[in-house]
Amino acid sequence: MSVFIVRRLLQSLLVIVVMSLLVFAGVYAIGNPVEILVAPDATQLERERVIASFGLDRPLWEQYLRFVSGALQGDLGRSFVFNQPAISLILQRLPATMELALVAMAMAVGFGIPLGLWAGLRPDTIAGRTIMAGSILGFSLPNFWQGLMLIMLFAVILGWLPSTGRGPTGEIFGIETSLATHQGRAHLVLPALNLALFKMSLIIRLTRAGVRETVHLDYIKFARAKGLRTNRVIGVHLFKNIMIPVVTIIGLEFGSVIAFAVVTETIFAWPGMGKLIIDSINVLDRPVIVAYLLVIVLIFIFVNLVVDLLYSVLDPRVRLQEAKA
Amino acid sequence: MSDDTIHAAPTRHAAAEHPLRRVARDFAESPMAVVGLVVVSAIVFVALFAPWITPQNPYDLRQLDIMDARLPPGAEGWSGMTYWLGTDAQGRDMLSAIMYGLRTSLSVGVASGFFAVCLGMTLGLCAAYFGGAVDTLIMRLVDLQLSFPAILVALILLAVLGQGVDKIIIALIVVQWAYYARTVRGAALVERRKEYVEAARCLALPTSRIVFRHLLPNCLPPLIVVATVQVANAIALEATLSFLGIGLPITEPSLGLLISNGFQYMLSGRYWISFFPGVALLITIVAINLVGDRLRDVLNPRLQR
Repeated sequence: MSVFIVRRLLQSLLVIVVMSLLVFAGVYAIGNPVEILVAPDATQLERERVIASFGLDRPLWEQYLRFVSGALQGDLGRSFVFNQPAISLILQRLPATMELALVAMAMAVGFGIPLGLWAGLRPDTIAGRTIMAGSILGFSLPNFWQGLMLIMLFAVILGWLPSTGRGPTGEIFGIETSLATHQGRAHLVLPALNLALFKMSLIIRLTRAGVRETVHLDYIKFARAKGLRTNRVIGVHLFKNIMIPVVTIIGLEFGSVIAFAVVTETIFAWPGMGKLIIDSINVLDRPVIVAYLLVIVLIFIFVNLVVDLLYSVLDPRVRLQEAKA
Repeated sequence: MSDDTIHAAPTRHAAAEHPLRRVARDFAESPMAVVGLVVVSAIVFVALFAPWITPQNPYDLRQLDIMDARLPPGAEGWSGMTYWLGTDAQGRDMLSAIMYGLRTSLSVGVASGFFAVCLGMTLGLCAAYFGGAVDTLIMRLVDLQLSFPAILVALILLAVLGQGVDKIIIALIVVQWAYYARTVRGAALVERRKEYVEAARCLALPTSRIVFRHLLPNCLPPLIVVATVQVANAIALEATLSFLGIGLPITEPSLGLLISNGFQYMLSGRYWISFFPGVALLITIVAINLVGDRLRDVLNPRLQR
């Protein structure tokens, strides 16, 4: 097990290095940030001073090395626009995004798995078919348009829920969150639902497919023949086996939820990382873009590692393979 | 499109019945899929012939009347023309704008899909056929890319490349190729071990001929399924990026841009400017997915009865 973890960590490290190189080189090509930083009527002397103060006059590899040695000390450069450390800008907005993503994921899992089980166990009933039709719709609805329609329906026509911003936050266990206040929860519902619908459809379909493939297997028949109660057969025997792909997807999709939060945050004016990155791309705020990407990569690698570990807990076959390797 | 799809899908189990016919018959068994196919065909027709069938040319300023701006659906304009889906802020007929938008969205989706298939298929086949270092290199690249969500990759690429039709097509190709490469590689790895490939090798046929004429046709069924779904995804992704303001330029009004333009009017209750383009987008994506879903079942050898 520890060999496995160490090897995975080494792999992850490699990915981080490659990504930082790619991102740095890619973002470097975006354009000349000097044009944005310096007023058009600035003198040549001022221009040079700004260029030197941001280290933009150094060769590319030297900028990269400076960036890496800074990154290792937790310094990813200062935002050109806010003149604040890029990493603290990102970290300030990380909680809002994480809150949104976690609530969305909880919604997707909480509704998705039961609905998928139902549709899988009773595929030919009206309820089963309706669930599947609904999941196709949820799958096909473009995320951003679905968000607009949620605003249209619940904020403009019905007037039940607020459509923009995060609302007041409170503290639960020392963590600042919208979940602590009633207003905050109301602000959270629409964006979280917007993010959750797609993943919910995915989980429904995956769970259903797993159930459909598994119910006919011999071990389920055997469990039935032993006279186990249906609840136990479904809850323990069936559930554990269909959870393998579902857990993988939940883990992998968590990263994509954070990425898709870019769209949701833009629509609902949610003050998270996603909105920051769109703004930063528009003004070519290089350090922030790079910092955002590295933070996202770290989150992804961490999530993937956790998924792999969970995977080996759930599926003994994986453990065996790892032991041999 | 789906006619071609079916034609391009030979199956190995050549029974007494022609495989194409079996695929077509199995496909027709699902009424929803047939409806999907009909809708897809209708949308392709509208997209192809938009300039000849729309009530007005929404981008010819001489045909627009600013007095007709923001009319609700079904209203009659100054010139006596009825705007069935309302008008936008420039007095543009939404129905015509949507038909033109479909044209842009579909062509971007199909063009990027086509190039992505070519690229992904070639790399996937190479990875499977040559194995070893080539395989490792290509597949690590695929893994690396697929560990990031499409929207993130596209976002960064567009930030690097700038705006434009060609730029967004490049971004969509980069986003999609890995799916095709992985699919084709998986199928080709299974096929490569079969006797007919060995036979072809014994005949000393050139590698390119073995790969493209023998291996490729047998890897097509899963590829077709992935391609159908990916075209829908590409259309949705393009719309999303255009909505965020980093996709197509305003000179190429796709459905995403139409929706984005209507966003500001929505809070004042003028829903139609955003609503109907979105419905058109939704119908397109649902129809393509219905067809893709059915194709997946029909072409899956494990489910063959």
